[in-house]
Amino acid sequence: MSEVLTKAAARNIFFGGTVFFFVVFLALVADSVGTVSKITDKHPITPSVAAGKRIWEKKACFDCHTLMGEGARYAPELKNVWQRFGGDTDAEGARANLKAWFAAQPSHDPARHQMPQFHFSDQELEQIIDFLKWNSEIDTQNWPPHIVG
Amino acid sequence: MKYESQKVAKLYFIGALTLFLAQVAFGLLGGLLYVAPTALPDFLPFNVVRMIHTNALVVWLLMGFFGATYYLIPEETESELHSVGLAKLQFWVFFIAALVAVVGYLFGNYDGRSYLEQPIYIKVGIVLVALMFLYNISMTVLKGRKTVISNILLLGLWGVAVFFLFAFYLPNNVVLDKMFWWWVVHLWVEGVWELVMASIMAFLMIKMTGVDREVVEKWLYVIVSLTLFTGILGTGHHYYWIGTPGYWQWIGSIFSALEVIPFFAMVLFTFSMVWKGGRDHPNKAAMLWSLGCSVMAFFGAGVWGFLHTLAPVNYYTHGTQITAAHGHLAFYGAYAMINLAMITYAMPLVLGREPYHQRLNMWSFWIITSGVVFMTFALTFAGVVQVHLQRVMGIMTYMEVQDQIGLFYWMRLGAGVFVVLGLVLYLLSMVPPGRAKSA
Ligand code: HEC
Ligand code: HEM
Ligand code: HEM
Ligand SMILES: [Fe+2]
Repeated sequence: MSEVLTKAAARNIFFGGTVFFFVVFLALVADSVGTVSKITDKHPITPSVAAGKRIWEKKACFDCHTLMGEGARYAPELKNVWQRFGGDTDAEGARANLKAWFAAQPSHDPARHQMPQFHFSDQELEQIIDFLKWNSEIDTQNWPPHIVG
Repeated sequence: MKYESQKVAKLYFIGALTLFLAQVAFGLLGGLLYVAPTALPDFLPFNVVRMIHTNALVVWLLMGFFGATYYLIPEETESELHSVGLAKLQFWVFFIAALVAVVGYLFGNYDGRSYLEQPIYIKVGIVLVALMFLYNISMTVLKGRKTVISNILLLGLWGVAVFFLFAFYLPNNVVLDKMFWWWVVHLWVEGVWELVMASIMAFLMIKMTGVDREVVEKWLYVIVSLTLFTGILGTGHHYYWIGTPGYWQWIGSIFSALEVIPFFAMVLFTFSMVWKGGRDHPNKAAMLWSLGCSVMAFFGAGVWGFLHTLAPVNYYTHGTQITAAHGHLAFYGAYAMINLAMITYAMPLVLGREPYHQRLNMWSFWIITSGVVFMTFALTFAGVVQVHLQRVMGIMTYMEVQDQIGLFYWMRLGAGVFVVLGLVLYLLSMVPPGRAKSA
């Protein structure tokens, strides 16, 4: 590397620039945290939604599924599964069908990826469904593009 | 090798390679479940296989970084490590914590988020390991010569520990949760880990090409500056579709596109050092891994990253097999290969021997690397078909698409077998022949 850049100058650019970009990043993140925290005004996180999230974490559903596109890629996207099950028009029907879905796993069909049987209680099922429904209400800039997820 | 305490690196290298083997073994099981979903018993569902695969990956890479640090810090600082005993203790705590975590996973004992599934007591254990390590290394650096390499390395390693703390933050709000999950995952691999990688690479270049330290260190500053100036705001490429404000589409697209530059600079750096140095270092295999590392990191992180990083593209590719293709080539090119380069370089030295089994080692380079490249292509094709049918046309559900891309999953599995074979050759090449020359 040429003599134009001395080592001391390179060091100063590195530390100065890093601090600068990190501060800009922090400011933007702080702004977003403000906006994101207000989501709960319209879509309150009830104790049931929070409990559903804990189940999601403890059962590692994300190590098969994506949720808002993040997680693993072995199973369907679940951000809009509530809509796929028709929850927008028939909430009770969607609930019943989702419960039936959990009860019917695994399919033991050797040609289909398998989802385990979790033996959830009815209350746990309500919680996980409340959690999925809450996710379906979040504005994700129209993602995913289609109902198929 | 000049310092007695550098030998402790051997323990870390052996531990890292053991876990690498476990990682790819579980990779094969995961690949198998993609094509034969009922092949494994009920206690090994896909999610457990995947968490062992990814956790073993992260742990062996970190273990390799620890070993590399213990090897190079005495030479950089020109002093023995602060405490060899602490370094050994740290290894065993880390290794045993990893085993306990894996056994726990098999019994359903996990909690958290992707890559961070460890139960809380294991996470606390990881923090303790990090503290032992940072204390040991910082004390060594404080008392010794201060070089740019040791400073950048130390900064990177402190960053790894600090950002890990966000693993403990699990807010109820999914959007917040996701935002800060990336503070571990993205700010690691596209931030502080790159600092670690670049400083290890700089060390290898000084040792193997004989180019003047002044030149190498200037390059190092340029590379890590480019890394952080682009990578920090580049985090925005994960804030497009998770409930965050729309301005991230601009910030994320622009800055993450620029993240390609430091990876390209790394290629220029390694090749120009080798060209300039013009010295024929006896450890040809280590040289091959080092050059290969900068090139494959450029393709995996740079090219495959750029492929899906612009918001209008990512809108369709987000969370598909394209992501998996990129994840494999990037992790392998940047972080698996830098570790394999360092181990290839340092293992003969800690054993007090001339470089040995070079041909075998270089064969393993070509076999593992082609295996991962083939796997990346297979997943890329699978991803393109998936994106087209499910995301662009929107005419098939996830499960319907899977029936269309089974062939690519078979190819991924085949490539995986190749990778494991290559790794076995690498391991064999590490076993020294006969008795030591200078015992
Ligand atoms: C071992 C992998 C695995 C785990 C763990 C897993 N799933 Fe699944 N899940 C699947 C697969 C595979 C399907 C699709 C199966 C099919 O269509 O035959 C599926 C389908 C679903 C569906 C229906 C999706 C649709 O679009 O039709 C829902 C809802 C669901 N899972 C919820 C969950 C929840 C909640 C958890 C955690 C408690 C979970 N899953 C854990 C693999 C998994
Ligand atoms: C060595 C450096 C890198 C590594 C190890 C790496 C690894 C990964 C991994 C594992 C994921 C998947 C995360 C998950 O959802 O589980 C990912 C996602 C992503 N990476 Fe990288 N990456 C690197 C560099 C880059 C660079 C330089 C770019 C851009 C140019 C990039 C762009 C992306 C994008 C856009 C995603 C999100 C994919 C999606 O929307 O599903 N990566 N990366
Ligand atoms: C034997 C070869 C391998 C096979 C068969 C394999 C298979 C897999 C499978 C099936 C997954 C889960 C993908 C999903 O989420 O649906 C996965 C994830 C992952 N693997 Fe591998 N893998 C192998 C080797 C490697 C290597 C060598 C690396 C890196 C050095 C690696 C890094 C990762 C990463 C970072 C993830 C998480 C990101 C993702 O889900 O795509 N794997 N692998
Ligand atoms: Fe990223």
